[in-house]
Amino acid sequence: MRRVAGLLLAVVCLALPAAATAADCRPRTTLGDVENEVMCPVCGTPLALATEAPQANRERAFIQDLVDDCLSKDQIKNRLVAEYGSEVLATPDDSGFDLAATLVPALAVLLGGGAVTAAALQWRRSRRRDGPADGDPSGPAPGGAASERLQDDLDRYGR
Amino acid sequence: MRALNTLMGRMQRLRSPFVIAALIGVTALLGLLVYGLSHTGPDRDIDDSLAKGERKPAPDFDLPRLGGGGRRTLADYRGKVVVLNVWGSWCDPCRSESPLLERWHKRISRDGRGTLLGVDVLDNTPDARAFVREYGLTYPQLKDPSDELRPEYGVAGVPETIVIDPRGRIAAVKRGPVDDAFMRREVAPLVEAGA
Repeated sequence: MRRVAGLLLAVVCLALPAAATAADCRPRTTLGDVENEVMCPVCGTPLALATEAPQANRERAFIQDLVDDCLSKDQIKNRLVAEYGSEVLATPDDSGFDLAATLVPALAVLLGGGAVTAAALQWRRSRRRDGPADGDPSGPAPGGAASERLQDDLDRYGR
Repeated sequence: MRALNTLMGRMQRLRSPFVIAALIGVTALLGLLVYGLSHTGPDRDIDDSLAKGERKPAPDFDLPRLGGGGRRTLADYRGKVVVLNVWGSWCDPCRSESPLLERWHKRISRDGRGTLLGVDVLDNTPDARAFVREYGLTYPQLKDPSDELRPEYGVAGVPETIVIDPRGRIAAVKRGPVDDAFMRREVAPLVEAGA
Protein backbone atom coordinates (compact mmCIF):
# COMPACT_ATOMS: atom_id res chain seq x y z
CA MET A 1 0.00 0.00 0.00
CA ARG A 2 2.76 2.39 0.94
CA ARG A 3 4.60 1.49 -2.26
CA VAL A 4 1.51 2.33 -4.39
CA ALA A 5 1.05 5.67 -2.64
CA GLY A 6 4.70 6.51 -3.24
CA LEU A 7 4.36 5.63 -6.88
CA LEU A 8 1.27 7.85 -7.25
CA LEU A 9 3.06 10.73 -5.54
CA ALA A 10 5.99 10.36 -7.91
CA VAL A 11 3.68 10.39 -10.94
CA VAL A 12 1.89 13.53 -9.69
CA CYS A 13 5.19 15.27 -9.00
CA LEU A 14 6.40 14.50 -12.52
CA ALA A 15 3.12 15.49 -14.21
CA LEU A 16 2.54 18.82 -12.44
CA PRO A 17 5.44 20.83 -13.90
CA ALA A 18 4.61 19.64 -17.42
CA ALA A 19 0.94 20.66 -17.06
CA ALA A 20 1.92 24.00 -15.59
CA THR A 21 4.27 24.70 -18.51
CA ALA A 22 1.56 23.90 -21.07
CA ALA A 23 -1.07 26.11 -19.45
CA ASP A 24 1.27 28.89 -18.53
CA CYS A 25 2.37 30.22 -21.93
CA ARG A 26 2.77 33.95 -22.15
CA PRO A 27 0.61 35.74 -24.79
CA ARG A 28 2.84 37.19 -27.51
CA THR A 29 0.36 39.77 -28.75
CA THR A 30 -3.03 41.27 -27.95
CA LEU A 31 -6.41 41.39 -29.63
CA GLY A 32 -6.12 45.17 -29.97
CA ASP A 33 -2.76 44.86 -31.68
CA VAL A 34 -4.04 42.37 -34.24
CA GLU A 35 -7.42 43.96 -34.93
CA ASN A 36 -5.73 47.18 -36.03
CA GLU A 37 -4.08 45.32 -38.90
CA VAL A 38 -6.90 43.15 -40.19
CA MET A 39 -10.24 43.65 -41.85
CA CYS A 40 -13.71 42.43 -41.10
CA PRO A 41 -14.28 40.81 -44.53
CA VAL A 42 -18.07 40.93 -44.26
CA CYS A 43 -18.27 44.56 -43.13
CA GLY A 44 -15.55 45.72 -45.55
CA THR A 45 -13.99 47.87 -42.82
CA PRO A 46 -10.98 47.48 -40.55
CA LEU A 47 -11.92 45.12 -37.74
CA ALA A 48 -11.19 47.75 -35.10
CA LEU A 49 -13.93 49.96 -36.59
CA ALA A 50 -16.53 47.21 -36.90
CA THR A 51 -17.91 47.32 -33.38
CA GLU A 52 -21.46 46.04 -33.92
CA ALA A 53 -21.37 43.41 -36.67
CA PRO A 54 -21.83 39.82 -35.42
CA GLN A 55 -19.18 38.59 -37.86
CA ALA A 56 -16.70 41.10 -36.44
CA ASN A 57 -17.41 39.86 -32.91
CA ARG A 58 -16.91 36.26 -34.01
CA GLU A 59 -13.66 37.20 -35.70
CA ARG A 60 -12.53 38.92 -32.50
CA ALA A 61 -13.38 35.82 -30.47
CA PHE A 62 -11.43 33.69 -32.95
CA ILE A 63 -8.41 36.01 -32.66
CA GLN A 64 -8.67 36.05 -28.87
CA ASP A 65 -8.57 32.23 -28.83
CA LEU A 66 -5.39 32.33 -30.91
CA VAL A 67 -3.91 35.01 -28.64
CA ASP A 68 -4.70 32.81 -25.64
CA ASP A 69 -2.92 29.95 -27.43
CA CYS A 70 0.16 32.22 -27.43
CA LEU A 71 0.48 32.54 -31.18
CA SER A 72 2.46 35.51 -32.46
CA LYS A 73 0.83 38.30 -34.45
CA ASP A 74 2.20 36.93 -37.73
CA GLN A 75 1.02 33.42 -36.92
CA ILE A 76 -2.45 34.77 -36.14
CA LYS A 77 -2.54 36.74 -39.38
CA ASN A 78 -1.56 33.60 -41.29
CA ARG A 79 -4.38 31.68 -39.63
CA LEU A 80 -6.81 34.46 -40.51
CA VAL A 81 -5.71 34.36 -44.16
CA ALA A 82 -6.20 30.58 -44.17
CA GLU A 83 -9.75 31.06 -42.88
CA TYR A 84 -10.95 34.23 -44.59
CA GLY A 85 -8.59 34.70 -47.54
CA SER A 86 -6.01 37.40 -48.18
CA GLU A 87 -8.64 40.16 -48.12
CA VAL A 88 -8.65 39.88 -44.34
CA LEU A 89 -5.32 41.70 -44.28
CA ALA A 90 -5.69 45.47 -44.22
CA THR A 91 -3.22 45.89 -47.06
CA PRO A 92 -4.01 46.28 -50.75
CA ASP A 93 -3.12 43.56 -53.26
CA ASP A 94 0.08 44.10 -55.21
CA SER A 95 -1.66 43.66 -58.56
CA GLY A 96 -4.67 44.81 -60.56
CA PHE A 97 -7.00 47.53 -59.36
CA ASP A 98 -5.53 47.66 -55.84
CA LEU A 99 -2.10 48.39 -57.27
CA ALA A 100 -3.51 51.09 -59.56
CA ALA A 101 -5.49 52.57 -56.66
CA THR A 102 -2.21 52.97 -54.78
CA LEU A 103 0.03 54.14 -57.62
CA VAL A 104 -2.25 56.53 -59.50
CA PRO A 105 -3.01 58.87 -56.57
CA ALA A 106 0.68 58.88 -55.61
CA LEU A 107 1.59 59.76 -59.20
CA ALA A 108 -1.12 62.43 -59.30
CA VAL A 109 0.21 63.99 -56.10
CA LEU A 110 3.73 64.07 -57.57
CA LEU A 111 2.53 65.61 -60.82
CA GLY A 112 0.31 68.08 -58.98
CA GLY A 113 3.19 69.09 -56.72
CA GLY A 114 5.40 69.58 -59.78
CA ALA A 115 2.76 71.70 -61.48
CA VAL A 116 2.28 73.89 -58.40
CA THR A 117 6.05 74.35 -58.06
CA ALA A 118 6.38 75.26 -61.73
CA ALA A 119 3.49 77.70 -61.48
CA ALA A 120 5.04 79.31 -58.39
CA LEU A 121 8.42 79.64 -60.12
CA GLN A 122 6.80 81.13 -63.20
CA TRP A 123 4.84 83.58 -61.07
CA ARG A 124 8.01 84.65 -59.26
CA ARG A 125 9.86 85.13 -62.55
CA SER A 126 7.05 87.23 -63.94
CA ARG A 127 7.02 89.36 -60.76
CA ARG A 128 10.76 89.95 -61.08
CA ARG A 129 10.38 90.82 -64.75
CA ASP A 130 7.57 93.28 -64.05
CA GLY A 131 9.73 95.28 -61.67
CA PRO A 132 11.04 95.47 -58.11
CA ALA A 133 8.84 94.42 -55.25
CA ASP A 134 6.47 96.81 -53.48
CA GLY A 135 8.20 99.27 -51.20
CA ASP A 136 11.43 99.34 -53.25
CA PRO A 137 11.98 103.07 -53.93
CA SER A 138 14.67 102.51 -56.54
CA GLY A 139 12.43 101.37 -59.40
CA PRO A 140 9.24 102.34 -61.12
CA ALA A 141 5.85 101.06 -59.92
CA PRO A 142 4.94 97.61 -61.28
CA GLY A 143 2.11 97.06 -63.73
CA GLY A 144 0.83 99.52 -66.23
CA ALA A 145 -0.01 99.24 -69.91
CA ALA A 146 3.63 99.14 -71.06
CA SER A 147 4.48 96.26 -68.77
CA GLU A 148 1.46 94.25 -69.91
CA ARG A 149 2.31 94.85 -73.56
CA LEU A 150 5.89 93.73 -72.97
CA GLN A 151 4.65 90.57 -71.28
CA ASP A 152 2.35 89.77 -74.20
CA ASP A 153 5.19 90.30 -76.68
CA LEU A 154 7.50 88.05 -74.71
CA ASP A 155 4.82 85.37 -74.53
CA ARG A 156 4.10 85.64 -78.24
CA TYR A 157 7.71 85.20 -79.27
CA GLY A 158 8.31 82.45 -76.83
CA ARG A 159 11.09 84.39 -75.19
CA MET B 1 -6.11 92.11 -81.62
CA ARG B 2 -4.47 92.71 -78.28
CA ALA B 3 -6.98 90.50 -76.53
CA LEU B 4 -6.22 87.74 -79.02
CA ASN B 5 -2.51 88.10 -78.35
CA THR B 6 -3.15 87.86 -74.61
CA LEU B 7 -5.19 84.74 -75.11
CA MET B 8 -2.49 83.18 -77.28
CA GLY B 9 0.07 83.98 -74.61
CA ARG B 10 -2.03 82.26 -71.97
CA MET B 11 -2.50 79.23 -74.20
CA GLN B 12 1.25 78.97 -74.67
CA ARG B 13 1.69 79.03 -70.92
CA LEU B 14 -0.80 76.15 -70.63
CA ARG B 15 1.47 74.05 -72.83
CA SER B 16 4.04 73.93 -70.05
CA PRO B 17 5.11 70.28 -69.46
CA PHE B 18 4.12 70.51 -65.83
CA VAL B 19 0.61 71.64 -66.65
CA ILE B 20 0.30 68.80 -69.15
CA ALA B 21 1.58 66.36 -66.50
CA ALA B 22 -0.97 67.67 -64.01
CA LEU B 23 -3.74 67.22 -66.57
CA ILE B 24 -2.60 63.63 -67.17
CA GLY B 25 -2.65 63.02 -63.42
CA VAL B 26 -6.18 64.39 -63.05
CA THR B 27 -7.35 62.34 -66.06
CA ALA B 28 -5.82 59.18 -64.58
CA LEU B 29 -7.54 59.83 -61.25
CA LEU B 30 -10.88 60.36 -62.96
CA GLY B 31 -10.36 57.16 -64.99
CA LEU B 32 -9.58 55.23 -61.83
CA LEU B 33 -12.70 56.60 -60.16
CA VAL B 34 -14.91 55.64 -63.11
CA TYR B 35 -13.34 52.15 -63.29
CA GLY B 36 -13.76 51.65 -59.54
CA LEU B 37 -17.39 52.75 -59.57
CA SER B 38 -18.25 50.59 -62.56
CA HIS B 39 -16.69 47.47 -61.01
CA THR B 40 -18.05 47.66 -57.48
CA GLY B 41 -21.29 45.77 -58.04
CA PRO B 42 -21.58 41.99 -58.31
CA ASP B 43 -21.59 40.26 -61.69
CA ARG B 44 -25.19 39.79 -62.85
CA ASP B 45 -24.50 37.70 -65.99
CA ILE B 46 -26.18 34.65 -64.47
CA ASP B 47 -29.33 36.55 -63.54
CA ASP B 48 -29.49 38.18 -66.98
CA SER B 49 -29.17 34.80 -68.72
CA LEU B 50 -31.87 33.28 -66.55
CA ALA B 51 -34.17 36.22 -67.28
CA LYS B 52 -33.74 35.44 -70.99
CA GLY B 53 -34.53 31.78 -70.35
CA GLU B 54 -30.93 30.67 -70.93
CA ARG B 55 -28.93 28.35 -68.70
CA LYS B 56 -25.26 29.27 -68.45
CA PRO B 57 -22.69 26.59 -67.64
CA ALA B 58 -21.95 26.69 -63.92
CA PRO B 59 -18.33 27.74 -63.25
CA ASP B 60 -16.38 24.80 -61.87
CA PHE B 61 -14.68 25.07 -58.49
CA ASP B 62 -12.23 23.06 -56.46
CA LEU B 63 -12.73 23.68 -52.75
CA PRO B 64 -11.63 21.99 -49.52
CA ARG B 65 -14.18 20.21 -47.40
CA LEU B 66 -15.15 22.09 -44.26
CA GLY B 67 -12.94 20.81 -41.47
CA GLY B 68 -10.56 18.97 -43.78
CA GLY B 69 -10.79 15.60 -45.47
CA GLY B 70 -9.99 16.37 -49.08
CA ARG B 71 -11.42 18.58 -51.76
CA ARG B 72 -14.47 18.56 -54.01
CA THR B 73 -15.12 19.98 -57.44
CA LEU B 74 -18.45 20.72 -59.06
CA ALA B 75 -17.58 18.11 -61.69
CA ASP B 76 -17.72 15.46 -58.94
CA TYR B 77 -21.51 15.97 -58.88
CA ARG B 78 -22.12 15.89 -62.64
CA GLY B 79 -25.32 14.00 -63.41
CA LYS B 80 -27.02 15.21 -60.21
CA VAL B 81 -29.10 18.23 -59.40
CA VAL B 82 -26.87 20.36 -57.16
CA VAL B 83 -28.41 22.92 -54.86
CA LEU B 84 -25.42 25.09 -54.03
CA ASN B 85 -26.06 27.05 -50.85
CA VAL B 86 -23.61 29.82 -49.92
CA TRP B 87 -23.74 30.55 -46.21
CA GLY B 88 -21.87 31.80 -43.14
CA SER B 89 -22.35 30.87 -39.50
CA TRP B 90 -22.66 34.56 -38.56
CA CYS B 91 -25.64 35.07 -40.86
CA ASP B 92 -29.08 34.97 -39.23
CA PRO B 93 -31.10 34.19 -42.39
CA CYS B 94 -28.76 31.22 -42.94
CA ARG B 95 -29.92 29.86 -39.60
CA SER B 96 -33.57 30.22 -40.47
CA GLU B 97 -33.25 28.41 -43.83
CA SER B 98 -31.01 25.56 -42.62
CA PRO B 99 -33.78 23.19 -41.42
CA LEU B 100 -35.57 23.59 -44.76
CA LEU B 101 -32.37 22.87 -46.69
CA GLU B 102 -31.71 19.75 -44.63
CA ARG B 103 -35.25 18.49 -45.29
CA TRP B 104 -34.82 19.04 -49.02
CA HIS B 105 -31.43 17.36 -49.03
CA LYS B 106 -32.96 14.25 -47.52
CA ARG B 107 -35.73 14.39 -50.08
CA ILE B 108 -33.63 14.84 -53.23
CA SER B 109 -30.70 12.67 -52.23
CA ARG B 110 -32.87 9.66 -51.37
CA ASP B 111 -32.33 7.99 -54.73
CA GLY B 112 -29.10 9.74 -55.63
CA ARG B 113 -30.61 12.24 -58.06
CA GLY B 114 -29.63 15.39 -56.26
CA THR B 115 -27.77 16.89 -53.35
CA LEU B 116 -27.50 20.02 -51.30
CA LEU B 117 -23.96 21.37 -51.26
CA GLY B 118 -23.07 24.01 -48.69
CA VAL B 119 -20.23 26.48 -49.20
CA ASP B 120 -19.15 28.36 -46.10
CA VAL B 121 -17.72 31.81 -46.88
CA LEU B 122 -16.09 34.64 -44.89
CA ASP B 123 -16.16 32.49 -41.81
CA ASN B 124 -13.87 30.63 -39.45
CA THR B 125 -13.88 26.86 -39.34
CA PRO B 126 -14.70 26.32 -35.63
CA ASP B 127 -17.81 28.53 -35.86
CA ALA B 128 -18.86 26.92 -39.14
CA ARG B 129 -18.51 23.39 -37.76
CA ALA B 130 -20.47 24.35 -34.66
CA PHE B 131 -23.22 25.66 -36.94
CA VAL B 132 -23.33 22.39 -38.89
CA ARG B 133 -23.54 20.41 -35.64
CA GLU B 134 -26.20 22.70 -34.16
CA TYR B 135 -28.54 22.29 -37.14
CA GLY B 136 -27.67 18.64 -37.76
CA LEU B 137 -26.76 19.28 -41.39
CA THR B 138 -25.86 16.07 -43.16
CA TYR B 139 -25.18 17.38 -46.65
CA PRO B 140 -21.60 17.96 -47.86
CA GLN B 141 -20.02 21.21 -46.75
CA LEU B 142 -17.15 23.00 -48.44
CA LYS B 143 -15.13 26.02 -47.41
CA ASP B 144 -14.05 28.86 -49.68
CA PRO B 145 -11.05 30.37 -47.89
CA SER B 146 -9.80 32.25 -50.94
CA ASP B 147 -13.22 33.71 -51.71
CA GLU B 148 -13.07 32.43 -55.29
CA LEU B 149 -16.60 31.13 -55.65
CA ARG B 150 -18.54 34.28 -54.81
CA PRO B 151 -17.31 36.43 -57.73
CA GLU B 152 -17.72 33.52 -60.17
CA TYR B 153 -21.37 33.11 -59.21
CA GLY B 154 -22.10 36.81 -58.66
CA VAL B 155 -22.77 36.22 -54.98
CA ALA B 156 -23.07 39.56 -53.23
CA GLY B 157 -24.32 38.44 -49.82
CA VAL B 158 -25.34 35.38 -47.90
CA PRO B 159 -27.34 33.29 -48.03
CA GLU B 160 -27.63 32.75 -51.75
CA THR B 161 -28.63 29.54 -53.47
CA ILE B 162 -27.79 28.40 -56.99
CA VAL B 163 -29.59 25.46 -58.56
CA ILE B 164 -27.46 23.51 -61.05
CA ASP B 165 -29.04 20.95 -63.36
CA PRO B 166 -27.57 17.49 -64.04
CA ARG B 167 -25.80 18.83 -67.14
CA GLY B 168 -23.90 21.38 -65.06
CA ARG B 169 -25.91 24.42 -66.10
CA ILE B 170 -27.35 27.06 -63.79
CA ALA B 171 -31.13 26.60 -63.70
CA ALA B 172 -32.13 29.05 -60.97
CA VAL B 173 -30.71 31.50 -58.47
CA LYS B 174 -32.08 32.82 -55.21
CA ARG B 175 -30.37 35.91 -53.87
CA GLY B 176 -31.43 35.67 -50.23
CA PRO B 177 -32.91 32.92 -48.08
CA VAL B 178 -34.84 30.18 -49.88
CA ASP B 179 -38.34 29.10 -48.98
CA ASP B 180 -40.34 25.98 -49.66
CA ALA B 181 -42.09 27.56 -52.66
CA PHE B 182 -38.73 28.22 -54.37
CA MET B 183 -37.57 24.66 -53.76
CA ARG B 184 -40.84 23.20 -55.07
CA ARG B 185 -40.81 25.45 -58.12
CA GLU B 186 -37.11 25.25 -59.09
CA VAL B 187 -35.65 22.08 -57.60
CA ALA B 188 -38.43 19.47 -57.53
CA PRO B 189 -39.10 19.54 -61.33
CA LEU B 190 -35.40 19.07 -62.11
CA VAL B 191 -35.14 16.09 -59.78
CA GLU B 192 -38.35 14.56 -61.14
CA ALA B 193 -37.18 15.11 -64.72
CA GLY B 194 -34.07 13.10 -63.93
CA ALA B 195 -36.10 10.16 -62.64
